[in-house]
Amino acid sequence: MKTIEQTTDEILNLAATHFKFPRAELQPNDDFYKKLGIDSLQALELLTRLENHFNVELPDYEVQGVSDFHTLATRIQARL
Amino acid sequence: MLDLANYNSVGAALRDALTHWPDEICLIEADRDHERSRLTYQQFGEAAEAVAAALEESGFAAGDRAAIIMTNQPKWLISAYAVFFAGGVLVPLDYKLTPAEHLHLLAHSQAQILFVEYPLWRAITQAPTFHEHKLKKVIVTEAPPNADLAGGVRWETFRGARAAEFRTRALTDTACIVYSSGTGGHPRGCVLTHDNYLEQCASVSPVFPFWPGARYLSIIPTNHAIDFMGGFLMPFTGGGTVVHLRTLRPEFIREAFTKYKITYMAVVPLILKNLQRGLRERFDALPPLKRKMLDAMIGVNRALTRSKPRPGLSRALLKDIHKAFGCGLQALLVGGAFTEPGTIEFFHDIGIPIYNGYGCTEACTAITLNDLQPFRPDTVGKPVRGMEIRIVEPDADGIGEVAARSKTVMSGYLDDPEMTAETLMNGWLMTGDLGRVDATGHLQLFGRKKNMIVTAEGKNIYPEDIENNFEGIAVKEFCVFAANYIWPQHTMTGEQLVLVIHPEPGQRVNDTLVKDLCRRNSQLLNYKRVSGYIDWGQDFPRNAAMKIRRVILAGQIGKQLERGAMVSL
Repeated sequence: MKTIEQTTDEILNLAATHFKFPRAELQPNDDFYKKLGIDSLQALELLTRLENHFNVELPDYEVQGVSDFHTLATRIQARL
Repeated sequence: MLDLANYNSVGAALRDALTHWPDEICLIEADRDHERSRLTYQQFGEAAEAVAAALEESGFAAGDRAAIIMTNQPKWLISAYAVFFAGGVLVPLDYKLTPAEHLHLLAHSQAQILFVEYPLWRAITQAPTFHEHKLKKVIVTEAPPNADLAGGVRWETFRGARAAEFRTRALTDTACIVYSSGTGGHPRGCVLTHDNYLEQCASVSPVFPFWPGARYLSIIPTNHAIDFMGGFLMPFTGGGTVVHLRTLRPEFIREAFTKYKITYMAVVPLILKNLQRGLRERFDALPPLKRKMLDAMIGVNRALTRSKPRPGLSRALLKDIHKAFGCGLQALLVGGAFTEPGTIEFFHDIGIPIYNGYGCTEACTAITLNDLQPFRPDTVGKPVRGMEIRIVEPDADGIGEVAARSKTVMSGYLDDPEMTAETLMNGWLMTGDLGRVDATGHLQLFGRKKNMIVTAEGKNIYPEDIENNFEGIAVKEFCVFAANYIWPQHTMTGEQLVLVIHPEPGQRVNDTLVKDLCRRNSQLLNYKRVSGYIDWGQDFPRNAAMKIRRVILAGQIGKQLERGAMVSL
């Protein structure tokens, strides 16, 4: 079983790769919309990528209103 | 379609629809690659009436207000009809707002009842202002088995013991209070009557007729006027089907087209651009010869569909493209924000008509609509049936503020006589948009007169509402404007926000201040950020109540400074 720190770290790595953003500049409490400068459709792209990576299904309504990496990690962690 | 002239309320029209097409499917709920449920009109009625009975038993009276905060799904429409059945006023709220904004609007609307999805409710209960507004009853959907509902009741248990009593309403009674912008400072709740909705539905339905078997894919939030009309009232009063997709991921939207043979879908420009990008990438990946053949067929289709759409012909010419859209697509409706003519042209050329129009919540959705006869991507069409428009104080080019008058125009903003008086003048709705009517009666838009910007996702941003985030900066006074409001430009794109600061006497804009501005700016969502600041060394004009006289200040700045004086942040 992964720890929440590991899950968060993997999310940050994937987000950095997917949006070609320097990994070192991403922190767990960052708002991914603001930090990555992405729109809602791009955020959905990231979710799909995360689902494939963690092999979980995250309903859109479950992540509605989630905008920081840490909360996203807790939602994923709960389904691992 | 039902003859809506025969009804006095939205609830009465919907009630008749349920008995008119009892065995037709009205709702399909799909999630990713599987279907969750289907409801016939009769089943829909039974589900809603049980909820209406529970509302009535809980003391909900005619004229009482009930809010909905849900993503697009059948329970949204079931709750809405239940509220109308019980004679209530619906307050549809945007599920994308923050919990603090939800609470603010619940308090402003004085809603007593709330229908809400569990994840959204959980976030609301954790907001610092949660205990400030007391709701009489909260009905929570999608709640996991052991979830703490913080005083709410489960949707599954909210059923009345007795049959509900249908409560008659008058045409002039309020049907909905719809907020045209979400941010905290200045709630703008449009008060819309049953007459407004019935008239709008009757005037737009001939352009987008529904029939048993016609299907609408609902992805724009249902609280939005477009989806409320296109994804509820229009299909229901025509016997059509609404398909709710519980995900907005583009790959599943594409699948839904083919799986459910969608007839209509409404989109905001952002989604349309995304669809265009996906199609372009597929075209570019074709081998050179196939690409040449495709371009030739697109050219033929373009030439043959200029005077009017010919869906059958386009499907035959561009079979593969139309297969990807399910072969039944009649039209895409685009609204909520300005759509670039190039995007509209792209879809028209491949035989997928885009009916771009123009409207606002204050007019209960559409003011003008392009009937595509002939194809005119440069305009937003002609006024819909029953709508009058005029251009107020046109300049030498015929451009002035668009005013609209119709039975669909709201009665005012909730509890805001001042703003109502500014917006409704002698029966005319002052839209704040700059336009010109050409010789053929088509409306062309040229920008905004109001201090407001609209994002590609269809969100209205009022600069005044951004000011909270700059409260406390080390200056004498400041305010935020839409740049095009200060320096009018005849364009609908590239709208920016500008922060006007008036430093303390003897003070200069220094690095510390700029750093503070940048820090505060970065806390805002990207589409709400200001692009730059103006160093304005004069006192702001204020009224007796010390409120900034924004119109005068914008005029002064526009006269004395060029747009280039804006310093980027």
